[in-house]
This record gives sequence, C-alpha cells and structure tokens, in this order.
Amino acid sequence: MSTPVYVEDGCIGCEQCVTACPFGAIDMVDGVAVINEACRACGECVDACPVSVIIMSTAEAKVIEGKGVMVYAEMSNGSLHKVSFELLGKARELAAQLNEPVYAVLVGSGVENAAKELVARGADKVFVYDDPDLAQFRDDPYSDLLTECCNEEKPSIFLVGATSIGRSMGPRVAAKLRTGLTADCTSLDIDPESRLLQQTRPAYGGNIMATIETMNSTPQMATVRYKMFNEAEVVEAPKGEVINKPVDMSKLTDRIKVLGFEKAGEQVSISDAEIIVSGGLGMGDSSGFELMQELATALGGAVGASRPTIDEGWINYRHQVGLSGRTVRPTVYLACGISGAVQHQAGMKTSDVIISVNKDPDAPIFGISSLGVVGDLYDVVPGLIEKLKEHGKDA
Amino acid sequence: MSAGLNIVVCIKQVPETTEVNFDEETGRLIREGVAAVINPFDEYAIEEGLRIKEKHGGSVKVLTMGPPWAADALRDAIAMGADEGYLATDRVFAGADTWATSLTLAKTIEHMGGYDIIICGLKTTDGDTGQTGPEMAEHMNIPHVCYVNEIVEFGDAKVILKRIMDDGIETLEAPLPLLITVSKDINQPRLATLRGRLTAKRAVFKEITNGDLKLPVEEIGLDGSYTRVVKIFEPEVHHAGEVVEGTTEELVEAIFAKLQECKVI
Repeated sequence: MSTPVYVEDGCIGCEQCVTACPFGAIDMVDGVAVINEACRACGECVDACPVSVIIMSTAEAKVIEGKGVMVYAEMSNGSLHKVSFELLGKARELAAQLNEPVYAVLVGSGVENAAKELVARGADKVFVYDDPDLAQFRDDPYSDLLTECCNEEKPSIFLVGATSIGRSMGPRVAAKLRTGLTADCTSLDIDPESRLLQQTRPAYGGNIMATIETMNSTPQMATVRYKMFNEAEVVEAPKGEVINKPVDMSKLTDRIKVLGFEKAGEQVSISDAEIIVSGGLGMGDSSGFELMQELATALGGAVGASRPTIDEGWINYRHQVGLSGRTVRPTVYLACGISGAVQHQAGMKTSDVIISVNKDPDAPIFGISSLGVVGDLYDVVPGLIEKLKEHGKDA
Repeated sequence: MSAGLNIVVCIKQVPETTEVNFDEETGRLIREGVAAVINPFDEYAIEEGLRIKEKHGGSVKVLTMGPPWAADALRDAIAMGADEGYLATDRVFAGADTWATSLTLAKTIEHMGGYDIIICGLKTTDGDTGQTGPEMAEHMNIPHVCYVNEIVEFGDAKVILKRIMDDGIETLEAPLPLLITVSKDINQPRLATLRGRLTAKRAVFKEITNGDLKLPVEEIGLDGSYTRVVKIFEPEVHHAGEVVEGTTEELVEAIFAKLQECKVI
C-alpha cells in the first residue's frame, strides 16, 4: 500500500491528529486513528501526535535537474503583459540565489521589440518563437512550443503568470512535461539547503497558506499571481541575448479556431485595479452601483461587489469579489454597505488597506478594516465624491 | 448505452465552508466536523450538462473521485437530473495532486466508455487551482476551453462557444470531443426536484477502482504527485483598526485623510 502516512500500534485515541489535520484525512475507527484518502502527507498529524505513533515515510530523493529560471513572457495586445516583468523580477532574485541564468520565452508575431525589452530588463537569454500564425493566443500551439522550449533548455524553474492565459495553458504544459504545477503562488523562495523552490499559495479561499515543493520532477513549475512581485528594472549594461527558435506550424497541434474577440469596456478590471470600491446589500437596490461607479471613477478605480448583490441581479458577475468570485489585492479596498461575510473576506482581505462604510457598528467587516466608518453610505459617499472633486480642482 | 451525446460532468465534494481557524497557542488548524457539499462551481457544470442534454439529446454521467462518502455529491447531482453516477475510489488514489488526479479521472472516463463533451467547474473552493480540467484534457489528448460563459452552437462534430479572458470575451470553434470548464456566468443551476431526490435516494453508483484502471501505482495517488505540501500556516490578516463615528463631514474627512495617507490621491 502506497500510503506514506500511517498509524502504528499504540494510538491512544486522543484525536489530536484529527484536529490538526487540515484535510480531514483522519478518521477514528474503533477508537484508533486511521488515515484516509484525503491525506496529502503534510505531516501536521505527525507533529500533533503526543505518543509519536504516526509515521510519515520521507525517504525520497529530491533531485533537481536542469539549470536556469525561466519565465513565460506573455503578450497582451501587442506588448508584454506587466505580469511578465514581475515574473522576470522574481526570476532574477531566485536565479541570483541559485547562481543560475535567467531565461524568458516569448511566443507571438513580430515580438522583436518585446524580446529586446526583456534583455534590457535583465534576461540572460530570451527564446523567441515568432510566426505570423502565432499572433493570436491558442492553448494548443502555445503549450506545444513552451513544452518544447523546456525540453530543449531544461530550466530548473518555470514560472507562468496566473492570467486567464496562464491558468488555461499552464496545466497543459505541466501535464506534457510530467511535472507538478502549483497554482496562483503569492510568494516564491529558495530553500537554502535543498535549493528547492518554495511555492506558497493561498488555499481554502485564502484561509490558509500552503507552501508546496515540486518533487522529483523538473522544471519546478508555478503560476504566479499578478501584482505580487516588483517588476524587473532595466539593468545598466544588459548582456543577454535573443535566440530565435524555428517554428514549424505544421508540427504543432492547433485544434481550436478563434472566431472573434470582444474587448471588455474601458472600465478598469477588478483584478488590475489599485483601488476598488465595492458595494453590498446595504446599498438597498441596484442604483447604489451607480454611486459606486461614480466614486470609483473619481478615484480611478474599479467597482467590486459582494455575492448577494450578484444573486439579486444588481450587477454582473465580473465584479464579484470573494470566495466564489475573484480574489483581489488592491492598495485600497473601500467596502460600502458590505457586512463582510467570511466568503467575501476571503476575496479581499489581503488588500493593503481596507476602508469600510457601514451603518451597523457590529458589522464583521470592521474587524479587518484599517478604517471603519459607522455611517450611512448615501451620506458619506456623495460627500466623499464632492471632496475628491474639489481636491481634483486644487491639484 | 443511450443514443445521443455522451456528456460527462466531473464534480468534487468539498467542505461546506472554507472557514478555518487556528489555535492561537499551538498554531494548528482547528477543523470542526464541517459538512461536505458539491463544490459550488460544479453545480454550473452539472446544469450546463443537463441543458446540453435537454437541447441535443444524450445522457449526463457525473464522475467524482474520492472516498466512499463522496458518493453523496453524486447523489445531489442525480437529484438535479443527471442520469448516472460514477465513483472512482481506491486507497491508491489517495493524496493525489492535480497531476495524478487528472490522470486518474482521464483514465476513468476512458474506462467508462465514449464521451463527446466533458464539463468541469471553474475550480474548487478548497484546492482552488482550476488545473484539473485542462490537465485531464492533455492526458486524454483532446482540446480544452476554460472559463466558458456561453455555448453558442452545438453541432455534430464541433461547438462554438465563448470564454471569458482577462480583457474580454473570446469566441472559439472547437471540435468534439472537448473538455470545458465553465464560469458562473454560464447559467443559473436548477434546484433538485422532489422526484429527483427520490431517484437520487435509490441511485446505485458504479464504483471504479484501480483494479479496473490498472494504472501503475507510481503514476497515481501520492506517489504519482509531483507536488507536496511542506508547510501550512495562517495568512497574515488585517486586524481591526480605527472605527470612527461622527457627522458626515467628519466621516468624509477621515476617509479622505486615509486615502491621502495611502498616496492614492
């Protein structure tokens, strides 16, 4: 049986392991702890067991093959997506710790300038797949090429932005490469002893953080959230090189045709916004979102929403912040008429500063707010918009 | 085997709430016995499967992988109207990450027989990765489309559909068989009917073990997983700051001052 965690004889039935297990993977059977199928071998139970009868077999080789920290430089409307610079910035840090080179891989059409920019920002090698037929992102050919690049260059680490493109294509590449993929990382470090990439990400709706390692496979692959790391700065004397790779479209898989694209309106998306103004049921009706939009516009931000307002049909799902919506991390999150259910908090509590306006002084949102304002949003928000407009005139 | 489309919906049982607490003294997670439910995102996948069947004919098979009690999730799907439930369950499947899970599910679907479209939820509320669907598609060597928000046209051998990208909506034409993950915009999941609940109560599920799949143990479960959780900890959380009351002017001033402090105005 291939269960790496098991309970030896001598269990006293104290159930401390049951409490300690984050995955609900321990059952009590006839007064004795039994590890079930949900076990992820995190070792929490091993530490929790007062009589040390829970054993985890850890004798596993951790071999990292390959060299180089590679990032996927994603294109967006003809230029590099900003997440690419953030990945490159992080890759440079990691590569410095490992004393390995920094690589970027670029797929698209007419991307010479983008390749040069990556060199200017410190990439040692930029691998380029440039072909008119690659102008538009498609999961199939793009994942084929990234797989090929990893197979040829053998990086030890491969980072992809957790954008809609990265989240869709990344798993395909990982499956082809037979390697692990950690989703949505918010922090990346190198363990100084093992030299393994420590991939940290939120799970359970942001209620726990888990650090994950890639075992026995390379590259160590992760998708990384946008706006978590600083962009790579331009280096003084760039000495990287651009390496053009051949593209033979006839050898690539290409099963899905793009028929059209409808760009979202000019409104700032909540994923990118520095400032989010969110409305909840406390607004009373859907017209409250007009006020939220007015404030968001005055601040140059985006409009967010709590789940109940989506359920009421007041606003489109695109705006939903929370466990079943989007997770956001703006500089300022302004919550208006949102009580702050745990599910909502899961989507916004990592914002730098949280300001909330609520009539109810006991609203749970105040528990995580840097500034809690007890008042009627229909008084406070128009007043604030007015003040911002005056301020704008002065500036 | 029924005529028409073979629609397979993959679902997962998750804790009803993802609220977890840490014991301040020991730093350990406190997990009370929370109820298990169908992953909320998967309800949209089931609904879309049912709609495709209602429009184009065929059958909806729901599949989950997990311990024996994960069959409860299948029962809920049957109550909504799914035709058959399949449970991939085996000790050797345990501890799987997305790579091993997707391989096991892919091989299970191949074992179940024909398939035209496989539908998954966008992600789960516990693992929260959204990776299992596209990885399955790769293991099955079929195309995939994530974040689908509308199926525009369902033809004999191809589908026209829309997906939500970060900066807009893309319209795609994809051949069958195809795997999709659906966004919550795609539909409003129906509630189970009383008749559905009665059917679900009597439903018998097909169990699939590794005895059926015969996958090498080093490819599945924990051994087949390329990722390992090495540490779990409590995220840094905001603590309550200042709470102000007063006149509208004072409140506006307080927010304004905070915004200036944050250098956003």
